[in-house]
Amino acid sequence: MAAAAELKEIASQVRRDIVRMVHAVQSGHPGGSLGCADYLVALYFNSLRHNPKFAMDGIGEDLFFLSNGHISPVWYSVLARSGYFPVKELATFRHLDSRLQGHPTTKEHLPGVRIASGSLGQGLSVGIGAAEAKKLNGDSHLIYTLHGDGELQEGQIWEAAMYAAFNKIDNLIAAVDCNDAQIDGHVEEILSLGNLRAKWEAFGWTVLETNGNVIEQLLTTLDTAKRLTGQGKPIVILMKTEMGKGVDFMEGSNKWHGIAPSDAQLAQALDQLPETLGDY
Amino acid sequence: MALKDIEVTGNNDTRSGFGAGLLELGDTNPNVVGLCADLTGSLKMDAFQKKYPERFFQIGIAEANMIGIAAGLTIGGKIPFAATFANFATGRVYDQIRQSVAYSEKNVKICASHAGLTLGEDGATHQILEDLGLMKMLPGMVVINPCDYNQTKAATLAIAEYVGPVYLRFGRPKVPIFTPANQKFEIGKAWTINEGTDVTIFATGHLVWKAVEAAQQLEAEGLSVELINIHTIKPLDEEAILKSVAKTRCAVSAEEHNYLGGLGESIAGLLARKNPCPLEMVAVNDTFGESGTPEQLMTKYGIDTADVYAAAKRALARK
Repeated sequence: MAAAAELKEIASQVRRDIVRMVHAVQSGHPGGSLGCADYLVALYFNSLRHNPKFAMDGIGEDLFFLSNGHISPVWYSVLARSGYFPVKELATFRHLDSRLQGHPTTKEHLPGVRIASGSLGQGLSVGIGAAEAKKLNGDSHLIYTLHGDGELQEGQIWEAAMYAAFNKIDNLIAAVDCNDAQIDGHVEEILSLGNLRAKWEAFGWTVLETNGNVIEQLLTTLDTAKRLTGQGKPIVILMKTEMGKGVDFMEGSNKWHGIAPSDAQLAQALDQLPETLGDY
Repeated sequence: MALKDIEVTGNNDTRSGFGAGLLELGDTNPNVVGLCADLTGSLKMDAFQKKYPERFFQIGIAEANMIGIAAGLTIGGKIPFAATFANFATGRVYDQIRQSVAYSEKNVKICASHAGLTLGEDGATHQILEDLGLMKMLPGMVVINPCDYNQTKAATLAIAEYVGPVYLRFGRPKVPIFTPANQKFEIGKAWTINEGTDVTIFATGHLVWKAVEAAQQLEAEGLSVELINIHTIKPLDEEAILKSVAKTRCAVSAEEHNYLGGLGESIAGLLARKNPCPLEMVAVNDTFGESGTPEQLMTKYGIDTADVYAAAKRALARK
């Protein structure tokens, strides 16, 4: 388990990986990836009890499901830096014959991925199924899922939310990337989620809130969430984040949801992100 | 087996064959779990639910969530049988099946009752005639449409042994039981009910019994009819189909489905590629159904015994 200082160094490298990957292929989703870098680094390098010698059934491990699959760059980087596959493979992102598809898939057998995602709203249901399987198997490990805030506009999320609370799926910790950004603009302007905390509470979930770009707060919140498992209620962490976090000209702008930086913008971005673990 | 040997041993719905098969799997395979979206009685899953409550998941009226939960359950080694009416099991959740089951190569069994016109009085909202097409277009999806109680039970047992996504389609009305009890169901293997040389009838689902009746009439007129049950739409038993038409040189397909996307279309594609010969399709002519009894609807929409008989005559005339 890495401490906060080390996690911040890893996060800086992950952010370098993200912008380099997206720049290299001139496509992909840098904004949400940068915003979720701190969460995924805190999860994979501190909280998650997992084995990079990947087994699909995940028995005896905590499992993570990325529901907003378009932020694949951050997940691929974190998986590679955790030892699931060679870091140099990040260079194949979105190329023909690559295991690193635009959106995550099991089809190419990339270690660490247990379900395809990309079409939004499906990952919470999948996580619930995996959580039910853990209970049936007498496996006390946990299920983690990550969702975008725009993704919560999908109705299936709320079908799943209702099911999880009613059926006491208390080995599940969902997280929502609350960056108030989606392709067409601010979530608040496109289709507001209203009082999101009250919504989850009304659905019967235990709600935690944190700043998703402050490692120390994330560690505390993830610890709290873990302690609250096994008490009859599913848990959701509402993480306030900033799209494009770590690259000043990308921060807070939904414009960076799905476009790639130019050569000059890449250089400008990399200047702000120390190379801590060595570029791929 | 030959037409003269066919013996009707009872009358029951194919969905009850599914329920019986699932209950047996409960006893024999601890990894089998059941999921249903508020139609447990209609799907005949009550016995499984009662005997194995910890392995049964009542999802409520939330089919998209059901498909996702089923996909997730496979990750812990479970074999989920996710069941509801065919319309809600396919069209309503196509994207969930496509991404979380088919593309993700999950070992989910999608079990669909009340398929086709024979759902009857509920009308077109529930009478899906497009599900075979929807499901067969998904890469890696096995598509099965058994014809009677015994075959549906056998298919239910067989798909638990197969690793990968399966769509199992069955229906609501009671229909004659004429296939053997305790048969061994082989996925993807056509079943020749009667050998003949003049015309081949390829039938699936509820149309198999109609085809038996039509074949009996044709044989009574002195024609030699090869009757083949294609219970597995995908993978299609191409070898059996090509072998038969090489002999008869004309064919009929019969199914309770839109002619677009169904068994007939699959056979037509195969024949066009490998060995063209006349093919007449008995299927619904690209329309929605309506309220009525199953028998009334099969007659009105052209998928009855008389339609199979007439199609065989047309095919013969085109030789």
